[in-house]
Amino acid sequence: MSDARELILTRVRNALGDAGAAEAAAPAPRSYRRQGTLEPQARIELLCERIGDYQAEVRRVGAGALSAAIGAALAAAGATRVCVPAGIPRGWLAEGFEFVTDAPLTLAELDRVDGVLTGCTLAIAETGTIVLSAAPAEGRRAITLVPDLHVCVVGEEQVVETVPEAMAPLAALVRAQQRPITFISGPSATSDIELSRVEGVHGPRRLIVLVVNKELP
Amino acid sequence: MSGAGEGTAAMSESMPPFPPAAREALGDAQLRANLARATHTIRDKRDRVVAELPDWEELREAGRAIKADVLAHLDSYLLQFEQAVTAAGGHVHWAPDAAAANQVVLDVARAHQVDEVVKVKSLTTDEIGLNAALEAGGVHAVETDFAELILQLDGDWSSHILVPAIHRNRTEIRDLFRRTIADPSVSDDPRELAEASRRYLRERFLTARMAVSGANFAVADTGTVCVVESEGNGRMCTTLPPVLVTILGIEKLVPTFSDLEVFLQLLPRSSTGERMNPYTSLWTGVTPGDGPQEFHVVLLDAGRTRVLADEVGRQALHCIRCSACLNVCPVYSRTGGHAYGSVYPGPIGAILTPQLIGIENAPTLPFASSLCGACYEVCPVMINIPEVLLHLRAKAVESGAKPGERLAMNAAGWIFNGRRRFAAAVRLGRLGQRPLIRRGRIVRLPPPLDSWTRSRDLRPLSGESFRDWWARRR
Repeated sequence: MSDARELILTRVRNALGDAGAAEAAAPAPRSYRRQGTLEPQARIELLCERIGDYQAEVRRVGAGALSAAIGAALAAAGATRVCVPAGIPRGWLAEGFEFVTDAPLTLAELDRVDGVLTGCTLAIAETGTIVLSAAPAEGRRAITLVPDLHVCVVGEEQVVETVPEAMAPLAALVRAQQRPITFISGPSATSDIELSRVEGVHGPRRLIVLVVNKELP
Repeated sequence: MSGAGEGTAAMSESMPPFPPAAREALGDAQLRANLARATHTIRDKRDRVVAELPDWEELREAGRAIKADVLAHLDSYLLQFEQAVTAAGGHVHWAPDAAAANQVVLDVARAHQVDEVVKVKSLTTDEIGLNAALEAGGVHAVETDFAELILQLDGDWSSHILVPAIHRNRTEIRDLFRRTIADPSVSDDPRELAEASRRYLRERFLTARMAVSGANFAVADTGTVCVVESEGNGRMCTTLPPVLVTILGIEKLVPTFSDLEVFLQLLPRSSTGERMNPYTSLWTGVTPGDGPQEFHVVLLDAGRTRVLADEVGRQALHCIRCSACLNVCPVYSRTGGHAYGSVYPGPIGAILTPQLIGIENAPTLPFASSLCGACYEVCPVMINIPEVLLHLRAKAVESGAKPGERLAMNAAGWIFNGRRRFAAAVRLGRLGQRPLIRRGRIVRLPPPLDSWTRSRDLRPLSGESFRDWWARRR
């Protein structure tokens, strides 16, 4: 194996010759937008619009009404047994549902719950993306993948406007804790048959995003 | 691509020539209609979402420069990546060629006594013929991307980087599913067909003990691997089975995690014409209690260092496999992907394949282009495909020089260089062409000149030359 390593590295060095180092002198230009320009309210509206474009459901709620909104979303989706990560805020757990903590569940058990409820690490307005990083309120990757319904709570303060603004905090999580990162932009989809879009192939077929303003009741 | 079988050979041997394959494809009216619709639909979507970004050109420039930097320091980035993956609990293997990479996967499968693996769609694994190699070693690879599954069930192979089964319509897919994985009652509604594949694959995802993936990007400084996808099959494969092997072309590295901010904007918009693809997975080695607990990454050369050695051609290694160049190409959008006889079709395939396997093994591919330049304009990492095509054409001519052609060109040069010689030649031509003109056109020249008219008509020489016309008007 180490022979193969030496072989490839030697091939690379021979291929580059002396020209490689010279060409590399110039650092990559970073004149693209690295910071958004929108006011907070416009940023939230953009996020909601862009999530909606993916055929995901999105609602804005005040913090005081969050658990009722979660209950309404689950009820509308016909879910009664719902998986939650161990670190889910207890205040989110609406009355009248069976919340099953991932302690962890087996994959077969996970396949039998009606849905999953999580928070997120951040959201990107411009692309309508929510980002998970296996934080305590998000759980391991499998729980947001196997169930057919994902209800995700996004705090307004977690919303950034552009992709570059999301990367710095994520890079820090990866460097410090090797956290797995998942970008979710709408429900899973395929356009493989004659380019007609079908929502929901292997991941959750239904994605409901609740955007919470913690100042509001 | 299903591995074993007709024309699907891994890219280790010589490719069938493009012209006859293209001629056959052009005769298929259904294929041409599907292709025209598909390429135009994706093009329009791409144009809309690219126009939304005021800094698209700046992103392209950054993408190009980052990739150039990666290639210029590839040895140190590879070592940095190896160290980071190892520190994060992963295993790094180095594969100088396809066989070595396939052997690593087979060895891991055998170590775990696994006879079936689930697979994420990966051009790189198609390129090295992984499925066939595994099959030969007694391990069955289940393709889990919807289109790849369709092709695998039918022993067919991909015709488009992004929508591999674009040459198949819904009725054909329904019939195939009825024969293989679904109830006889399944209809041709794409929703029902997708549901059938969901049911078929779910059990496999939940019980699979090993998965194989490619990767879109890998980060040198953190050891993070990135897979970009739509269906969730990628997340299933890279999350649920306890063992994961990722095959990574050595050119897929980016220096830092933050560099992904450029490519995660360029790729989805160029590829599917979406602001972002549904799922992007990023993992770093092994995470206790979350995802595979054994992770291997195979660093694959298989011709990439050969490409790297060519100062003009090495920019082909910038490619992020978005397929935008296929959709704008006047040649691809008429012939489809099969005519290129390679895992990498279209304009990028025409410059990548001959370089990966040697120009002598694919000498016709650099000529499968009209050099219109549309591919260069849409390329998110600014690969100057026409420039590389011309460069490779020159090489193809040098390597396979036909003495007759060279003699004819020298003679033509001598004729064009003398005014009287030229006038005499034109007069001779006017006489000589008479028996060949049919309804104002020359549709077939006698051999050996017929290779020109095989794919084009020729206008006859005018009865009056420009010089004569000019002299008469004065």
